[in-house]
Amino acid sequence: MHPFSFTKAPSTREALEAGRRGGRYIAGGTTLVDLMRETVERPETLVDISGLPLDEVTVTERGGLRIGALVTMSEAAAHRKVRTTYPVVSQALELSASAQLRNMATLGGNIMQRTRCTYFRDVTAVCNKREPGSGCAAREGYNRTHAILGTSEDCVATHPSDAAVAFAALDARVHLLGPDGARSVPFADFLLRPGSTPNREQALSKGELITAVEIPACPRPLKSGYLKVRDRQSYEFALTSAAVALHIRGGVIREAKVAAGGVGTVPWKLPAVERALIGERPSERLWARAAESAADGARPLEHNRFKVELLKRTVERQLRIVGESK
Amino acid sequence: MSTETSESAALPPTRPSSTPSRRTFIATTSAAGGVIAAGGLVAGPSLLGVEEAVAAEAPPSSRVSLTVNGKRYTVTVDNRTSLLDLLREHLGLTGSKKGCNAGACGACTVLVDGRRVNSCLTLAVRLEGAEVTTVEGLAKGDQLHPLQQAFIDQDAFQCGYCTPGQIVSGVGCMQEGHTGSAEEIREWMSGNICRCGCYVKIVRAVEQASGRK
Repeated sequence: MHPFSFTKAPSTREALEAGRRGGRYIAGGTTLVDLMRETVERPETLVDISGLPLDEVTVTERGGLRIGALVTMSEAAAHRKVRTTYPVVSQALELSASAQLRNMATLGGNIMQRTRCTYFRDVTAVCNKREPGSGCAAREGYNRTHAILGTSEDCVATHPSDAAVAFAALDARVHLLGPDGARSVPFADFLLRPGSTPNREQALSKGELITAVEIPACPRPLKSGYLKVRDRQSYEFALTSAAVALHIRGGVIREAKVAAGGVGTVPWKLPAVERALIGERPSERLWARAAESAADGARPLEHNRFKVELLKRTVERQLRIVGESK
Repeated sequence: MSTETSESAALPPTRPSSTPSRRTFIATTSAAGGVIAAGGLVAGPSLLGVEEAVAAEAPPSSRVSLTVNGKRYTVTVDNRTSLLDLLREHLGLTGSKKGCNAGACGACTVLVDGRRVNSCLTLAVRLEGAEVTTVEGLAKGDQLHPLQQAFIDQDAFQCGYCTPGQIVSGVGCMQEGHTGSAEEIREWMSGNICRCGCYVKIVRAVEQASGRK
């Protein structure tokens, strides 16, 4: 680990000032400390933001839910309002990492976490995300866990967050605060596809801080849930996953929100699946037909071809689980 | 390289000082050991990293006061020091184990302000005012914590390396109330890997201590 100076921000204003000078924010630290030890991350200054007042879950005026960036994964998952209104968020969180890590990691850090690509984590390998222009070892390497959607010539790494898949499905917004003031961006615009600049992962300006994630109000009743498929049953990243939320009234699906994880360079929203569901009556055939388009546009690599079919089946199963739940 | 010392703080308080332990045996028979000053602790970087040892200038360090198992410490730590290294290398509390050092095995699990965390991913410098409980802090004198006793009763270990982390994690699991069924315990204890594969008995031990058996 490279040496770094450390400062604890006593206020949001001072955090932003330290961030503007190039300080790196640390909240839970579960990803950052790990990557610093691997010398993948080499910040000169860490700015501890854990004392900032960004740790509340509040209902917005319009009936949505605003989760502070410093709410831990375990707190967010256990929050009564989150559990009852958006089970897909609670489930995505509780199917992530371990109880210990969820006690440490925050919501803001969770969506900022970096890929688990082994070549990214190995400083002896080439990686365009870590060393722009050096190449991509995963493209021709062992790429079983890598992305099949949203990839580029330069990068095929997946985004590892489960919660981000649920947020993408629910059309959440990310609230930001920077030296130039506050703004909010749709979740779909916050995490960036790699393109030719895989080192740039979020639509963040220098020194900008995530203050909250806001889930917009959804029609009631809303049934939702998260399915995660992985190599072992717990404490493992997704091979594929599906976040599904359905508003069914009068026996007809009025609204559908679907996104997939483990397959994309960013959480992968599935608008074609959503369109195939809206206006239809739940049925076994509908789930299969809607899921048929889940992997459209996929460009599998040598070792992850199985993800194409696995993704469709994951989405189909989760549509059935959510659609046929009481 | 050994960092063990014959520092008495490293011994369980109930052990008679005349009895040689595995730990004191290792310490006194290994050639080199780190020297720990128990009073004014100055904690250097982890002794394990070569690149750390050759850092030319004094690396940035900070002063932090924290409570470990009810005892207050004020230490100056290299900013890179993890809570795990602070406990093991500087405070002589070697109960918490270093398995993966990457948050992937749970052997280093401790409670910070009552919540179970991976001490390997916790920077010590961030713990100003924190209350840390390690496996050494669970027993009350000669009275083992019910979960420690349950691990013995259920024979819930073979090599024992993951056991301190399993026990502290199990205490956290019980406090969080995730002991409703064997399945629930398995899921909420999944952050602790046991390579001997004692999971069935570990679950039984948590069930016993939480009154389910």
